[in-house]
Amino acid sequence: MSFINYSSREINCKIVYYGPGLCGKTTNLQYIYKKTTPEQKGKLISLATETERTLFFDFLPLALGDIKGFRVRFHLYTVPGQVFYAASRKLILKGVDGVVFVADSQIERLEANMESLEDLRINLAEQGYELDKLPFTVQHNKRDLPNIAPIDQMNAILNPNGMQYFEAVAMTGLGVFETLKSVAKQVLFELKKHY
Amino acid sequence: MAEFDLVMYEEEFKRIDEELQKLYQQANAKVLFLVDKNGQLIASAGDTHNIDTTALASLTAGNIAATGGIARLLGEKEFTILFHEGEKDNIHISLIGQRVILVVIFDQRSSLGLVRLRVKKASEALTRIFDEIAAKAEKEKVEGRLDESPFAEISDEDIDNLFR
Repeated sequence: MSFINYSSREINCKIVYYGPGLCGKTTNLQYIYKKTTPEQKGKLISLATETERTLFFDFLPLALGDIKGFRVRFHLYTVPGQVFYAASRKLILKGVDGVVFVADSQIERLEANMESLEDLRINLAEQGYELDKLPFTVQHNKRDLPNIAPIDQMNAILNPNGMQYFEAVAMTGLGVFETLKSVAKQVLFELKKHY
Repeated sequence: MAEFDLVMYEEEFKRIDEELQKLYQQANAKVLFLVDKNGQLIASAGDTHNIDTTALASLTAGNIAATGGIARLLGEKEFTILFHEGEKDNIHISLIGQRVILVVIFDQRSSLGLVRLRVKKASEALTRIFDEIAAKAEKEKVEGRLDESPFAEISDEDIDNLFR
């Protein structure tokens, strides 16, 4: 649910990074934070535990520029990936405009990815959304690790509809902005359809 | 989409701003915010210079969402008022018409009783305004917008420019 303000000429859109625990959602936001200018970004808020596991959410407001005289703001959120934070995860999806699914490419995390994607589908349905109708991009993260599943296999399992996907190494920034751009584009074209 | 997008025009924004200014005076508040339930700042009043308003809006919405989650676990529909007391500043958070969140920050120059009283009055006025905004959005959905949409012409190039 985007917020269009004709008075201050702003469009606000909410993008949520979803995925299993330790897949690199927060790392994505940290890299975006690091690589944007101070004028483009607000504070990166992390509600995390002492061991840097996300407890509730991370939040990064981004204002990359203008389109047709409207300032475009993206509010990026991550969810806590760990299974037992299910209740919090649900809350963050409220009013979402686009979803990035960050998958952990390591073979032993395949099942965790599948569980998380199913969890996403269910939580969206509870809010009245359908994943297949929402702007959605898949990021296969950690492609630099040795024990990873082949991309074809990962897509077959996590991306059967053939949505746009990116291979990424969020730690070094590979694929991070490509992923964001892909989902942002879908969100803005969705606005175009409705307004 | 599950809900309609929130579209705010100059006219409604002015009325909301007037209500906030009035409440700001009457409640002797330091700062006021109006935030939508998804965490986006709609309007503010008072001295916001030293406050990161975007972060505050998102955290407040998270707070309300978490409290709402607790309420449902307990069989309540929603807790409509939250109050946090600090050493110097206090924060009074209330839900308006199930749709937006009103945040009032105040110090010892005001009191919880006064804030509650004034917020209640302002809530009624704000609820009316947001009802009208919702009705207008509903009407536009059926009849189509009168004036030209700025988004009809968005191109790949516009979006590429954002990521340069």
